Amino acid sequence: MELINLARQAILTPAGIQDGDIEKIMSRLLSSPVDAADIYFQSSHSESWVMEGGIIKEGGHNIEQGAGVRAVSGEKTGFAYSDRIELPVLLEASNNVKAIVRQGQEAKVGLVKAANWPLYYPVANPLKSLDDQQKVDLLRRVDSETRKLDSRIEEVIVSLIGAHESILVANQDGSLAADVRPLVRMNVTVIVEENGRREQGSMGGGGRCDYGYFTGHDRALEFGKEAVRQALVNLEAEAAPAGNMTVVLGPGWPGILLHEAIGHGLEGDFNRKGTSAFSGRVGERVASDLCTVVDDGTLPGRRGSLSIDDEGTPAEKTVLIENGILKGYMQDKLNARLMGVKPTGNGRRESYANLPMPRMTNTYMLPGSHNPGEIIKSVKKGLYAKNFAGGQVDITSGKFVFSASEAYLIENGKITRPVKGATLIGNGPDVLTKVSMVGTDLELDSGVGTCGKDGQSVPVGVGQPTLKIDGLTVGGTSV
Amino acid sequence: MQNQEEIYRLKNTVQDLLDEAKRQGASAAEAGLSQENGLSVSARLGDVETIEHHCDQGLGITVYFGQRKGSASTTDLSPDSIKETVSAACSIARYTSEDEYAGLPEKELLATEFPDLDLNHPWGVSVDGAIALAIECENAARTYHAEISNSEGATVNTHQGVHVMGNSLGFLHGYISTRHSLSCSVLAQRGDSMQRDYWYTVARNSAMLESPAGVGKKAAERALRRLEGRSLSTRQCPVLFSAEIAASLLASFIGAISGGNLYRKSSFLLNALDSQIFPAFIHIYEQPHLIGALGSAAYDGEGVATKSRDIVSDGILRSYVLSTYSARKLGLHSTGNAGGVRNLTIAPGALDYQGMLKQLDTGLLVTELMGQGVNMVTGDYSRGAAGFWVENGEIQYPVEEITIAGNLKDMYKNIIAVGNDVDYRGNTRTGSILVERMSIAGE
Repeated sequence: MELINLARQAILTPAGIQDGDIEKIMSRLLSSPVDAADIYFQSSHSESWVMEGGIIKEGGHNIEQGAGVRAVSGEKTGFAYSDRIELPVLLEASNNVKAIVRQGQEAKVGLVKAANWPLYYPVANPLKSLDDQQKVDLLRRVDSETRKLDSRIEEVIVSLIGAHESILVANQDGSLAADVRPLVRMNVTVIVEENGRREQGSMGGGGRCDYGYFTGHDRALEFGKEAVRQALVNLEAEAAPAGNMTVVLGPGWPGILLHEAIGHGLEGDFNRKGTSAFSGRVGERVASDLCTVVDDGTLPGRRGSLSIDDEGTPAEKTVLIENGILKGYMQDKLNARLMGVKPTGNGRRESYANLPMPRMTNTYMLPGSHNPGEIIKSVKKGLYAKNFAGGQVDITSGKFVFSASEAYLIENGKITRPVKGATLIGNGPDVLTKVSMVGTDLELDSGVGTCGKDGQSVPVGVGQPTLKIDGLTVGGTSV
Repeated sequence: MQNQEEIYRLKNTVQDLLDEAKRQGASAAEAGLSQENGLSVSARLGDVETIEHHCDQGLGITVYFGQRKGSASTTDLSPDSIKETVSAACSIARYTSEDEYAGLPEKELLATEFPDLDLNHPWGVSVDGAIALAIECENAARTYHAEISNSEGATVNTHQGVHVMGNSLGFLHGYISTRHSLSCSVLAQRGDSMQRDYWYTVARNSAMLESPAGVGKKAAERALRRLEGRSLSTRQCPVLFSAEIAASLLASFIGAISGGNLYRKSSFLLNALDSQIFPAFIHIYEQPHLIGALGSAAYDGEGVATKSRDIVSDGILRSYVLSTYSARKLGLHSTGNAGGVRNLTIAPGALDYQGMLKQLDTGLLVTELMGQGVNMVTGDYSRGAAGFWVENGEIQYPVEEITIAGNLKDMYKNIIAVGNDVDYRGNTRTGSILVERMSIAGE
């Protein structure tokens, strides 16, 4: 069935809302001279299962549905939402929202289906890709196989999360666009103990696909193995070094560097307002010429991918930095219009209850020409950071942090001892100018990233090849 | 909102949920329902930027079939949806395992007294009124100094919510609370140095908010004082955590003594009950019944009565922070902390802010922390920081792009002083906290 009809059936049919009702709401919104308006309908079903202490401890099912209406005039936005998808409620919301503009006029809107766009993931409900018995059997198997791996394992926690979301967005030109989005994720956390010392390791993954992702290739068991490996490495870790040094970042998830150091600073809203350390710098050099960075919502099945964004704009692959030169920003409709550029498919919102903003999708650096082994070999003394926890950035000062959860010393061109996790801090606009080698080994992360901005969380992806940075501050304790 | 009628109506819905769970075969159940309405208005560069009308509702239910448990939640409160939600929870309970520790709280621990904690003070501010306040606040910041170059705006928020919870032991209670806030964030610029900072005020009663002009001025001062920050060389030195960020040190402590982390053995304070965690002058306690405070409540997330109590006295850990489940896993009783601690307070010392700077003498004043670098299993601590270098008790220059690192166990033991410059805004009340020595990494 066509995507729009699927979304209609999931959201509008149960609520008894017809296309004519959407036209009425939109006409109400446009009865003031607004520049833009949209109505966003959403219905989401999600579930979670947790195995802990060797038992299936918890399971939960969650339904979230509602609609948000928005009117924009210049830089001004009026917004209201309700979890009741009912015509009178949404008409009342529209009255509140269009009050952002004072004078009124008559308006009539007819809905038309937006032009076709490519789809980057299946529409089938992932919650139904396994029955409940198969889900708990999968968790049990991961738990028991993981516990067998090492006698030092004290606790194993396995979680499985799935969501199936339908969205429908009507714009002021009457265009109607829809998306049906699956999202699954599994995580394994392991706690190990040896001689009174405890450490943990964690690994997970997923994407916009169904639970078959975890059963295929025994991926779920691989998560367990990897979590145990990390935990055991950390048992041996010594105090991390402190100070400015050469840092080599491994491929894949360490791409969180790009997300924090430059990604947020290149979101359109901050740059339209001139509050980002990257404001007004398009065309300037912000990275070494080895660096080309893209934000790509079109990767099939990826956690950060979108067929259309939450404003109905088809996803794009946007070049942010090309051979070191800043090319452009990530845009939603509002900021694109105010900056006189095209939206880039980055208008995202956590739910109907939040306003859309420019957000990242999958952000990664393209591969370079260096063999990863050669990169390590070139470092006399430094840090090799393989896995990371989270990060944060102050987009105005440009200062960013990200925290290593698995790291090693590099001594005389060799990876030697593991060191404890430490926070790395740098300055976004110049960290990439210090990139002196880029590996051939581009990897994307395994599909666990969640990005927070203004209190809204959205799933994202990151990736990069092995990178060498000539000087980054490492926040260890060993001076 | 017609207060009592609304609570009565939601109580009926919760009772319907519990009855439906029983009809579907559950041996016990617990349900909660909340409805919130609010307005959020922001102004930027002297004009209104967004007007948001908020309207949220949601219900959640947990059912028990003997020792097996299932949960479900929804934002759709229609009768059909309620039935489906209960069915979803019951269906899940068919697949979860028998867990001898699962279940409702002991009946005798449930709250039976519901003092009026004075949490409901509707503001009644109009959209235009809120816009005017936001503009006044932002203007105060923008006109404070010529180096205030840009703004992220000022925001006025006002919310009122009804929360009802009940369980099959006969507990059924609801209350209404309000929360209002005003915040402002501006940029300062001097040459190439651009910095942003903010200030906010929050209260249950709008009369308790700081003035819009006061909030704006403080946001401006905070942004200005950060201009032309520099890094430090890598070193060890004393660190003073300013009052507004010191709460994060206590949050890590509460995390480490929380039942969930203890029974999972993912805490750096396992088996620490009755042992010396802090110096003897440290006193940390919970005050859940403070009148009109943000963290106040008569019962916790499971209906267990909350109590004022010491968590640390004479520097010794006197009690863990437990929910029913985590308590049973540890062979203890719930401390009324399902959902966290309430109005956590560290007893202030004798020194004010200036006195604390003098006590610091030469070292780092930290006013901002970045990132999540706290390892709950080991206590290892490494976070990005910004603040000021202090010599002889006087601020010398702003500092940025550094990290501070140590281990929380050592940091707690090596607290030298707690200031009386208490930040009363949040759920944790603390003055600035001085730690004897930490590792600083910089250029």
